[in-house]
Amino acid sequence: MALPTLQHYLAVGAIMFCVGIIGFMTRRNLIVMFLCTELMFQGVAINLIAFGAYHHNLAGQAFVIFVLVIAAAEASLALGLVVLLFRSKNTLDADAWRELRG
Amino acid sequence: MTACLAQISSPETGFIASALFYLFAIMAGAAAVGVVVTRNVVRMAVMLMFTLIGVAGLYFLLGAEFLAAVQLVIYAGGTLILIVFGVMLTTKSPFARFEPKMAEVVVAVTIGLVLLGAMILAISPANARFASNPISAGQEYPMARLGQALLGDYVVPFELISVLLLVVMIGAAYLAKARKR
Repeated sequence: MALPTLQHYLAVGAIMFCVGIIGFMTRRNLIVMFLCTELMFQGVAINLIAFGAYHHNLAGQAFVIFVLVIAAAEASLALGLVVLLFRSKNTLDADAWRELRG
Repeated sequence: MTACLAQISSPETGFIASALFYLFAIMAGAAAVGVVVTRNVVRMAVMLMFTLIGVAGLYFLLGAEFLAAVQLVIYAGGTLILIVFGVMLTTKSPFARFEPKMAEVVVAVTIGLVLLGAMILAISPANARFASNPISAGQEYPMARLGQALLGDYVVPFELISVLLLVVMIGAAYLAKARKR
């Protein structure tokens, strides 16, 4: 088994990002779509940390801290909004808010 | 631990490092596929937890011990619990399903696979310009240096993100209040 190189980590990140995209596009449940964005965040964060380790600096780790904060903020607001939307239409189907398309 | 693994590059520790990498990578990837494939939202959240733990393991292997711990505490501990609460607050039955149309699945999977192929092609050793020697933690990243970087080089984004957190806190409180009307 070869030692993992930068490419190995980037491949893992790419796979997770694409799985997240597929899930985001196929599922209709708002909470599930939200979970898939978390998957995409994870793919990007792996890339950032792998490049940080590759270049021997801390920029990647600092960025991932910011990504974590954004994800936590997004989680709190998005889930609050999802609960509000659920109260008004009693469903989590993203198609229920079709009129938002304008 | 990681730094030791990388510095002593005897065959055994190299084998352990690569075995750990494949273990964590397969765990994260398989659980990610599980998140997308499973129909049960609660089971999905559990799958996401396994993904997050696998990614935290990868952070460990990359020498980012602090971020691995933060990942476990904030994501697996905090965000995931929040998601489970959201699931329980919103679903009348946690097994509610919205089956996507077959055409949508085909289009989405095609787009995803094409994107994945493009990314893999871009990072393949034939095209990428970075050296393909094994990535090693070689240099240690003590937490103190990360803290100094956050309050030194990255002080502006750090302050901005603090303001963002405050705004989000106010917004969440407002949403919670609006719910009672």
